[in-house]
Amino acid sequence: MEKFVSLTSTVVPLPIENVDTDQIIPARFLKATDKNGFGNNLFADWRYNKDGSPKADFVLNNKAYDGSSILVAGKNFGSGSSREHAAWAIDGYGFKVVVSSFFADIFQNNALNNGVLPVVVSTSFLAEIFTSVEANAKTTLTVDLKNQAITNNATGTSETFAINPYKKECLLNGLDDIDYLLNKRDLIEAYEKTIK
Amino acid sequence: MNDTKKTPSGEQKTTLFDKIWDAHVVSAVENGPTQLYIDRHFCHEVTSPQAFNGLRARGLKVFRPEKTTMTADHNTPTINQDKPVNDPISRNQLDTFAANAAEFNMPLYYPLGHTKNGVVHIIGPENGFTQPGMTIVCGDSHTSTHGAFGTIAFGIGTSEVEMVLATQCVLQTRPKTMRITFNGKFNPQVTAKDLALYMISKLTTGGATGYFVEYAGEAIRSMSMEERMTVCNLSIEMGARGGMIAPDETTFAYVKGREFAPKGEAWDEKLAYWQTLKSDEGAKFDKEFTFDASDIEPMITYGTNPGMGMGITKSIPSLDDIDEASRISFQKSLDYMGFKPGEKLVGKPIDYVFLGSCTNGRIEDFRIFANFVKGKKKAENITAWLVPGSWMVEKQIREEGLYDILTEAGFAIRQPGCSACLAMNDDKVPAGKYAVSTSNRNFEGRQGPGARTILAGPLVAAAAAISGKITDPRG
Ligand code: SF4
Repeated sequence: MEKFVSLTSTVVPLPIENVDTDQIIPARFLKATDKNGFGNNLFADWRYNKDGSPKADFVLNNKAYDGSSILVAGKNFGSGSSREHAAWAIDGYGFKVVVSSFFADIFQNNALNNGVLPVVVSTSFLAEIFTSVEANAKTTLTVDLKNQAITNNATGTSETFAINPYKKECLLNGLDDIDYLLNKRDLIEAYEKTIK
Repeated sequence: MNDTKKTPSGEQKTTLFDKIWDAHVVSAVENGPTQLYIDRHFCHEVTSPQAFNGLRARGLKVFRPEKTTMTADHNTPTINQDKPVNDPISRNQLDTFAANAAEFNMPLYYPLGHTKNGVVHIIGPENGFTQPGMTIVCGDSHTSTHGAFGTIAFGIGTSEVEMVLATQCVLQTRPKTMRITFNGKFNPQVTAKDLALYMISKLTTGGATGYFVEYAGEAIRSMSMEERMTVCNLSIEMGARGGMIAPDETTFAYVKGREFAPKGEAWDEKLAYWQTLKSDEGAKFDKEFTFDASDIEPMITYGTNPGMGMGITKSIPSLDDIDEASRISFQKSLDYMGFKPGEKLVGKPIDYVFLGSCTNGRIEDFRIFANFVKGKKKAENITAWLVPGSWMVEKQIREEGLYDILTEAGFAIRQPGCSACLAMNDDKVPAGKYAVSTSNRNFEGRQGPGARTILAGPLVAAAAAISGKITDPRG
């Protein structure tokens, strides 16, 4: 996994609530047997017409936001299925951070397991980001994992965000859960002896 | 454990969830998640290939192959399963699944056509893999289904599938506990699905995020195992990590005699343990809700998440009823569905009916559906997909004579699989068409690009299939 320490970037605004994993990556794209290429189909049904041409009114097709590494979405982002393909699609597109006022559980876990940082902010902070970006598409946010702080550089408003200390260490050092668990094999075998 | 609750007298009062969780803790990461031992892992072709790739890349074997059950279900056709799968990409995914089962010496592999094949959450209980007190995971969010047996069962991502294959453990943050009690008795013609849609409409799709739910109360106790599975299945649709019901005589009677259930002395020992699996009187939950089952009527959804549900005779909320911040999303959702705020839906013509999925693809659902359509005829404008959850359900449909009832009424039975629940195969509802579906998600495009899904129970689906419209099954 890649390390994550801090990031300053413009953002892609998606002020829609309850964006579910079927929107993030529709089921018909889940047929692959590796993790690559999902970024091209991120938000496919919102992003492309039937013939594959880009839909002009969808935010990912707006040149003004090209090159952003931060997605900002309405509350309850990532609800629905456990498909990790959703996290692979977000990562594959180039997002390193997703900001919302509320995330669905499994998505949050999947994102963290792929080095994508979900940042939970207050409703007012979220609304302010949308306002700033609407006024100026080049608005940037700074996300500092070490200090668990997120700043709207257009207004200077800053907020701290919560993250499990273990997950934080994993991200800062680019380690994953499997590395951790593999070191615990003896404990696992000891536990198994106690099962009746 | 750190959060076990003690009464002033020092006596510990614990919830069912606490009991099972605590019995599976291998270690706790300092300031972090718990290392939880997993008793049963279910695995399917769509969320596992990258996990097996991961093992290969690290040079690992599967740690406990006998604790993983593999079935092909998500990306499979529901006709001509004996022939090669047409779509080469899907075929490759199924071949990869088979190759992984062989390479890693997995003893419980049920490919297409196998008598034990079917939707993962249906074959688990049917074959006795699912037993009270277990921890159960699968790379599918509706793993919560197994909670009906008094288990901690939850969906995981592919990284976690890899963890389980490699170590039989996952790292999980302990969720908070919630109890939802349904007092009273069901009205006639109200099914478990109606109860679940009612509950999600009250709690909303994020209302139980961060919680593990225990269902309790008279109405829950009176349910069959099939009905309990429907309720637990839908826990995830209000964001819950999972849902569970304390095991009782109904549970034990269901499990007894199934192929992988304990036998003889082992059964007696297990049973004695299972009988202890309930929340102590006075155990504290982090959150509680209480409903009255008699308030519930047949339900349908009108929007694009499962929380947008209402009694079938009711009207869609008007814009004034909706929080200002949520109005754009609400309107977007109704636009997608082609509905208007304040509108009633009874009598609206529909195009497709889907009976199936891990929510309503069990034998009882087919009994309810068949009982309603018996002696009637399918409406001409309706395309109906009746997809048994497993080959075992399919066999029962034939043995019980439901097959004849259904075919006489103009319905065909397809072959088992997830089918139109997620529409990865050819069972896709065309853009703009309406489907009354017994599955679990009405998200945009869930049943095919542009498809419009109305979630309902098997009885409402049967009534719609006969009249060709959204119809109150109570007449
Ligand atoms: S039937 Fe639907 S919800 Fe159930 S396992 Fe299959 S895809 Fe998932």
